Amino acid sequence: MKSTLAMTCAAAALLAAGAAQAEISGGKVKIGLLTDMSGTYSDLAGPGAVEAAKMAIEDFGGKVAGVPIELVTADHQNKADIAANKAREWADAEGVDVFAELVTSSVALAVSEVGAQKNKISLISGAAASDLTNAACKPTTVHYTYNTRSMAVGTGAAVVKEGGDTWYFLTANYAFGEALERDVSKVVIANGGKVLGSSKHPFPASDFSSFILQAQASGAKVVGLANAGADTTNAIKAANEFGLTSSGQSVAGLLVFISDIHSLGLDVAKGLKLTTGFYWDRDDASRAWSKRFNERMKKMPTMVQAGVYSSVMHYLKAVEATKSDDTATVMKQMRDTPINDFFAQNGKIREDGRMVHDMLLVEVKKPSDSKGPWDYYKILRTIPGEEAYGTLADSTCPLVKK
Amino acid sequence: MNRNVLIGLVAILLVAPFFLYPVFLMKVLCFALFACAFNLLLGYTGLLSFGHAAFFGASAYVTGHAAKEWGLPFELAVLTGALTAALLGAAVARLAIRRQGIYFAMVTLALAQMVYFFFLQARFTGGENGLQGVPRGYFLGVVDLNDNMALYYVVAAIFLAGYLGVARVVNSPFGQILKAVRENEPRAISLGYDTDRVKQTAFILSAGLAGLAGGVKAIVFQLASLTDAHWHQSGEVVLMTLLGGVGTLLGPVVGATVVVTLQNRLSEGALNAYVPVVLGAIFVVCVLAFRRGVVGEALAFLKRGKE
Repeated sequence: MKSTLAMTCAAAALLAAGAAQAEISGGKVKIGLLTDMSGTYSDLAGPGAVEAAKMAIEDFGGKVAGVPIELVTADHQNKADIAANKAREWADAEGVDVFAELVTSSVALAVSEVGAQKNKISLISGAAASDLTNAACKPTTVHYTYNTRSMAVGTGAAVVKEGGDTWYFLTANYAFGEALERDVSKVVIANGGKVLGSSKHPFPASDFSSFILQAQASGAKVVGLANAGADTTNAIKAANEFGLTSSGQSVAGLLVFISDIHSLGLDVAKGLKLTTGFYWDRDDASRAWSKRFNERMKKMPTMVQAGVYSSVMHYLKAVEATKSDDTATVMKQMRDTPINDFFAQNGKIREDGRMVHDMLLVEVKKPSDSKGPWDYYKILRTIPGEEAYGTLADSTCPLVKK
Repeated sequence: MNRNVLIGLVAILLVAPFFLYPVFLMKVLCFALFACAFNLLLGYTGLLSFGHAAFFGASAYVTGHAAKEWGLPFELAVLTGALTAALLGAAVARLAIRRQGIYFAMVTLALAQMVYFFFLQARFTGGENGLQGVPRGYFLGVVDLNDNMALYYVVAAIFLAGYLGVARVVNSPFGQILKAVRENEPRAISLGYDTDRVKQTAFILSAGLAGLAGGVKAIVFQLASLTDAHWHQSGEVVLMTLLGGVGTLLGPVVGATVVVTLQNRLSEGALNAYVPVVLGAIFVVCVLAFRRGVVGEALAFLKRGKE
């Protein structure tokens, strides 16, 4: 008796919810894109990410479920408080339905928090922190493009399997670097490799010579760079100057973007192994899209920018399919639909908000092998999503039912 | 005159949230309070601290941690943060006031960088991810601060208290001594004042108030991040104070309003890739054309009109 009553109530609630869903709030779907337009990350996200979102909206015909799509963008200047302020304002006063891009971990964590409070979806592409789908996971957050685990662990496991079984780390001396080193060490050891040692360098550092010499002296086959951004590019430059790669050791970048390779040049970066969520020259679909992007931006997309297009598209498709911009409805639809496009293969959004998709292990080409501008990577291997991101059982997200 | 300014200020504070977005206003108020605290030191004591972000950031982290992990109510959390900043200020002051001018600025900058790297490494701050999800809680256990309007009026009251506090200090006999130290320290010594102690007291007051601003900001945005403790923040507060008018009570408030508004508005418009350029250009124009800042120039203009 009791259970029938509960069932009836649930059914009634569902019906009511269904009735409320059948319309779009504010008569339009509004996408709020927060990114770094002028700072460190403007090259890998920034204006290119805005362009990618615009392309997604244009490709969708500017309208979804009969209502216009609007895009608002803001420069968060890599400051979490500016981002949180803007996101709140957009949610409270301007009827924004979804936040997109969100490079920089502190920004993504802050906006994801605001999104959960205001019941708005956050489509995170640029930020790396694995925390976003672990301890800090939110029911309204989708972490789309990559995370530190998939980049680092993917590279670690793959390189060991390729024969690089002794490692030496150059680690940025703060929480992020240490976490990266710890994660990769675990994988290296689990795959039968050995960690010979590590040097901690100050953050940020510009002179890597002594650290590179230590790495050289260690005799490890692989030097892992547990750092990011300018530290990584500086370390790669130093490795090149000291002839680390030409003497038989190889360098593994744990968080490297194609924009970094572009600024370093193939001469310096050659032989670097890294993981990426997207490479423009992978198949016909990715080439076609990237060519269009290149015509507009005069450069090839990073995985972050491609991820913005793909995530916005996936969101719009979900809105179109459900004829609703209700957060729970759209999230459910997004979770239920697998993602297969120019960006992601076998993509699936898990309960913890992680979009799991196949990653690529690549090696940076020698200048002589490169056939033209932006022909930078040789794809060594496709890393299956589950291997790169771990299983749902590994997630410490409290939303995951165990 | 002063009374009219105060009435005007209170009136603006009361009606502003009906026209502008309250969270944005709260941000303006936090930075205005921060700039007022800084101005107490630069404008009235003549000490250029280049490390005030350390106090602002320290309090933001401690307040956030106290509210989130220890479950302290709003008032106690903010108070803990402000006290921490004042203690930190006492420690920094003891070392820094032994030097003057550029050396003083450098010592404060160096110590602030130490604080910054401590927060980068410390476990409880979450490193570069920042401290997120700080609960806003209740004011005095009754007023729900998750309501933006309620929180706004609490923040406005705190700001006003801080502003009046600074005004009280400046206009007190102690404030006169501060100005004497600013104008001519050897003469103040010859008059029998222990100038080191005076400077130290001013420094601690300033650090505590900066901490109050930082703590409130952590509650408003429900986060504390490394940005708060970064030296850019120290630079920004110098910019706010100089732009508004150093050594005037209202100057920092105006300066903070201008800078925060620009940061916020420019981030959305066509100029959004040039926020630092625009702010820099404004600073250059300010230094070249109106050195006394907006309020300073306005006051000078009024004075000239009277004569």
